[in-house]
Amino acid sequence: MSVATSARAASSPGRRITLGRAILYALLLFFAVLYLLPLYVMLTTSFKPLAEIHQGNMLALPEQWTFAPWREAWGSACIGLECSGVHGYFFNSIKIVVPAVLISGLLGAFNGYVLTKWKFRGHKIVFGLILFSCFIPFQIILLPMARVLGILHLANSTSGLVLVHIVYGIGFTTLFFRNYYANFPDELVRAAQLDGAGFFTIFFRILLPASVPIIVVTIIWQFTNVWNDFLFGVSFASGDSAPITVALNNLVNSSTGVKAYNVNMAAAMVAAVPTLLVYILAGKYFLRGLMSGSVKG
Amino acid sequence: MSDTASPHGKGVRERLQHWLPKLVLSPSCVLILFFVYGFIAWTSYISFSDSGMMPDYAWAGLRQWSRLWSSWTWGIALHNIWVFGLLYIVSCTVLGLLLAILLDQRIRAEGALRTIYLYPMALSFIVTGTAWQWFLNPGLGLEKTMHDLGWESFSFNWLIDANMAIYTVVIAAVWQATGFVMAMFLAGLRGIDGEMIKAAQIDGAPAWKIYARIIIPQLRPVFLSAIVVLAHLAIKSFDLIVAMTGGGPGNATAVPATFMYSYAFSRNEMGIAAASAVFMLAVIAALIIPYLYSELREPRS
Repeated sequence: MSVATSARAASSPGRRITLGRAILYALLLFFAVLYLLPLYVMLTTSFKPLAEIHQGNMLALPEQWTFAPWREAWGSACIGLECSGVHGYFFNSIKIVVPAVLISGLLGAFNGYVLTKWKFRGHKIVFGLILFSCFIPFQIILLPMARVLGILHLANSTSGLVLVHIVYGIGFTTLFFRNYYANFPDELVRAAQLDGAGFFTIFFRILLPASVPIIVVTIIWQFTNVWNDFLFGVSFASGDSAPITVALNNLVNSSTGVKAYNVNMAAAMVAAVPTLLVYILAGKYFLRGLMSGSVKG
Repeated sequence: MSDTASPHGKGVRERLQHWLPKLVLSPSCVLILFFVYGFIAWTSYISFSDSGMMPDYAWAGLRQWSRLWSSWTWGIALHNIWVFGLLYIVSCTVLGLLLAILLDQRIRAEGALRTIYLYPMALSFIVTGTAWQWFLNPGLGLEKTMHDLGWESFSFNWLIDANMAIYTVVIAAVWQATGFVMAMFLAGLRGIDGEMIKAAQIDGAPAWKIYARIIIPQLRPVFLSAIVVLAHLAIKSFDLIVAMTGGGPGNATAVPATFMYSYAFSRNEMGIAAASAVFMLAVIAALIIPYLYSELREPRS
């Protein structure tokens, strides 16, 4: 409830353009431009030939549009000694994201169900212990994890990263589902129990069909987190199995030769497009979930 | 609810139903116990051991810890995280609140503007770092653009200035996270009860006074959540610094997260790396545990 809302409701509904409103819109527009500027510069740079970048203005549109930087970033830019672009690493990221999101989401859903509808002594402590794992600085697990992945023969593999992302994703997925199911009426569960429905029947028939909003929130959150991860990727999968973020960093910050800014920006866009797309297509559900209080803290 | 099973009807099925919930929860618990709490213990032990390039579990007491605290780079890292964290938290909170209040004035195209403010949150820090490194590049970026526009004396070379580089990271980090804080405040604003506001309006209180006296005080829980989330993001900041400055120029933008990584994986000083990680965890735990405790107790009222 804002001051303006009630003020307008109280006063006449006429649409007067006051000085205050003008300043308000100017400010909002100013910030919108500020937030869009880096993306705009990234995009336009990725379509410019290198010569134009060195001579021209950063804010200008390309005089001569070219897709060559995108082709190079995707298929032939040199990352380390390999000159085949970022496409292999892009698919690595997909191979990591899909199983990691699905499995950690499923585990989180079950955990949330048990922790709200099948409470046992100490359920709060168990939840607290799981929740704390969301907040640890991951530096604390890097050394042992590198060792364990080596022992399991999962070092430098996408499967290893899937395992890492599942383990450290459980905290958030459990949090989301627990908070969502806490508001789900216990009476429905009890009624189903009296009808003889078991643990899994209740979950799959009653709770899961009503969970679409929180499933969307969980998938967006986990997808974004796993896709954007850099620390785990650079620590546990530096070679051919590296995710796109690691490849991008290696491409941009390798100091050999002339810096091809347009190729760098195209590669950055390739790395950004999946999460941007998810955000633009489904972001409003995420925000709605956030606002309904299902994502707390 | 699992206790509702009658005590004498203990068929196999019923007993299974009794244990099933715990059985379903147990894989996650085992994973968390081992990979989180086991690893915390493991890393803590390494910090008291002789481990260098290879793990060496001979007890070394506080040797690694005293080496950590006498490290010049660690001093810089601590100073930087303090500067970075403070500026980051304050800027994001103030700007996030401002944007939320502006958006809450029943404006047109609120959805579109919200999307614009929030989209950087979807980007990876590596992408953000790449973009801003280019944007702030002294030779070709903002500085050159301003010169082209006729502002010849404009100078912005913070990215390569050891004293200023950390502030470029703050700018990029604030750009990325403000939208998220805005969304939290917006949710908070929409949840405020309108009665008191109406009463104040009838009394003829000006809008700014209503915000300062009634609305913002009611947003206290949101402030707390936002600050906790931002503080923990700040301490974990690693990707953005690697992508933007690589910790440089020199060690100028080193933070504990990059310090730990370079000692663990490039300098082969596992013991010092472990000690720095334990320190990071201790700081975050001191912040998070009281917060989680109060959040989990709350529903009782």
